[in-house]
Amino acid sequence: MIEMQDIWKTYADGTTALQGVNVVIDRNEFVYIVGPSGAGKSTFMKLIYREEVPTKGQISVNGFNIGKLKHRKIPYVRRNIGVIFQDYKLLPKLSAFDNVAFAMEVIETPRRLIRRRTMEVLELVGLKHKASSLPAQLSGGEQQRVAIARAIVNNPAVIVADEPTGNLDPETSWGIMNLLEEINFRGTTIVMATHNKEIVNTLRKRVIAIERGSIVRDQQRGEYGYEI
Amino acid sequence: MAMKFSTLLRHFREGVKNVGRNGWMTFASMSSIAVSLFILGVFMLLALNVNKLADQLDSQVQINVYLQLDIEKGKAEEIERTIKRIPEVKSVTYIPKAEGLQRFRDSMGEEGKEALDGYENENNPLPDAFEVEAFDPQNIAYVAKQISAINLNDPSAPIDKVKYGKDAIEKLFSITNAVRNIGFFIVIGLAIMAMFLISTTIKITILARRREISIMKLVGATNSFIRWPFFIEGAIIGFGGSFISSALLLYGYSQLVRTTSTTVGLYMLEFSSLDEVRTLVGGTIIILGTLLGVWGSTISVRRYLKV
Repeated sequence: MIEMQDIWKTYADGTTALQGVNVVIDRNEFVYIVGPSGAGKSTFMKLIYREEVPTKGQISVNGFNIGKLKHRKIPYVRRNIGVIFQDYKLLPKLSAFDNVAFAMEVIETPRRLIRRRTMEVLELVGLKHKASSLPAQLSGGEQQRVAIARAIVNNPAVIVADEPTGNLDPETSWGIMNLLEEINFRGTTIVMATHNKEIVNTLRKRVIAIERGSIVRDQQRGEYGYEI
Repeated sequence: MAMKFSTLLRHFREGVKNVGRNGWMTFASMSSIAVSLFILGVFMLLALNVNKLADQLDSQVQINVYLQLDIEKGKAEEIERTIKRIPEVKSVTYIPKAEGLQRFRDSMGEEGKEALDGYENENNPLPDAFEVEAFDPQNIAYVAKQISAINLNDPSAPIDKVKYGKDAIEKLFSITNAVRNIGFFIVIGLAIMAMFLISTTIKITILARRREISIMKLVGATNSFIRWPFFIEGAIIGFGGSFISSALLLYGYSQLVRTTSTTVGLYMLEFSSLDEVRTLVGGTIIILGTLLGVWGSTISVRRYLKV
């Protein structure tokens, strides 16, 4: 599903974020990416949804060699990848419904289908009753649920979640994790960067630890492994 | 990749909705378009009317050629032919002394009529005269000189005076020319200023929406998908702003014409007609405004579409 071969990333300001990363993530895996701040986790995530391009090396996602992708092809690759962020990144002037529907409008889905499918995923994330609320009217956990609904509405092959529980209290975080597990259970690959030790140690998955731009540990059913 | 019609409809819906969603920003952009185009429109009206005024004054410009009192009819006809041969001359009208007197009398009004009694026929103190018009009023001084030169080739010096209000006309021309040229540059300058003002306002409104654009891209929206609603929003804002300013301009102008046309009419002058102004100024401003709105939003969105 995701394959990185000898990935190097140096930013324009000279900082090297990744040095020689090799990794294979299979279909339907659930992977935690852990490591200290500034170790390269975010860059790792950004490479997957093509926000950044590797300086060197090959990366393919869902069969696309996305390192060599032409600019105008990027949108089409992104449609196969659902992204979830710590700060939700919802469109502030659109209702929960419209935020989710937007992802479907982008791929030119007929309106009637958009309506049905959007309500379906809002129900899945437990927010059907808040469909017409604006992001500002929703709690953090609810906003993240809308973001998750948007990420999954087009049935992507991969979900990339960059600290999805970073801004949420423990109880809400568990709600989000249950949702992600459910989505993973239905067949979607999930790559999640996190600092949440409790979640990683409780909900055991494959753990990839990145330090100073390199993978230092890759463990099935691993532990968080850092003191907070 | 061809766009579905339903997607195009979606972009229109979205563009219209955005106008409402971004209430204050819409207001700011629309006002900046309305205000700058209003100023531009005022100058356009000014330039248009100065032009019209200059044209009207131009057509009133003529040369009066007075002959010697004792001139013979044949000689006068010969002079008329000579003047007509000057290529710049458009028309020559012969005013015999009797008609000259009649005109003079008419211009005196009721009271003056009696004062001029007894000056008819042999007692007429006025000379025969010609009224000469040039094709281009700007050549009037040159034509006058050519007419004066007839005396040089004729020992009898049949022409007494050539008059054309030299100083007044030259001054008038220098003024109308200056106003035309300056007006042109002011209009161009204002148009550029309006472009800057509008693009700056739109840039600011779009800067505020940079985050939105980046989110849209993350969800996999193509550039054109993002651009279309902005394009339509820009057109609506541009049209709305310019419609407001042209409505105000035309209303103000019609009021001005209504209240002052009688005064201006006394001087045998008239304003540019409302119909003329409506298409020329109103039409230009609305087209310009709509284009500016579209241009501003397209340019500004493009900056944030990379990556």
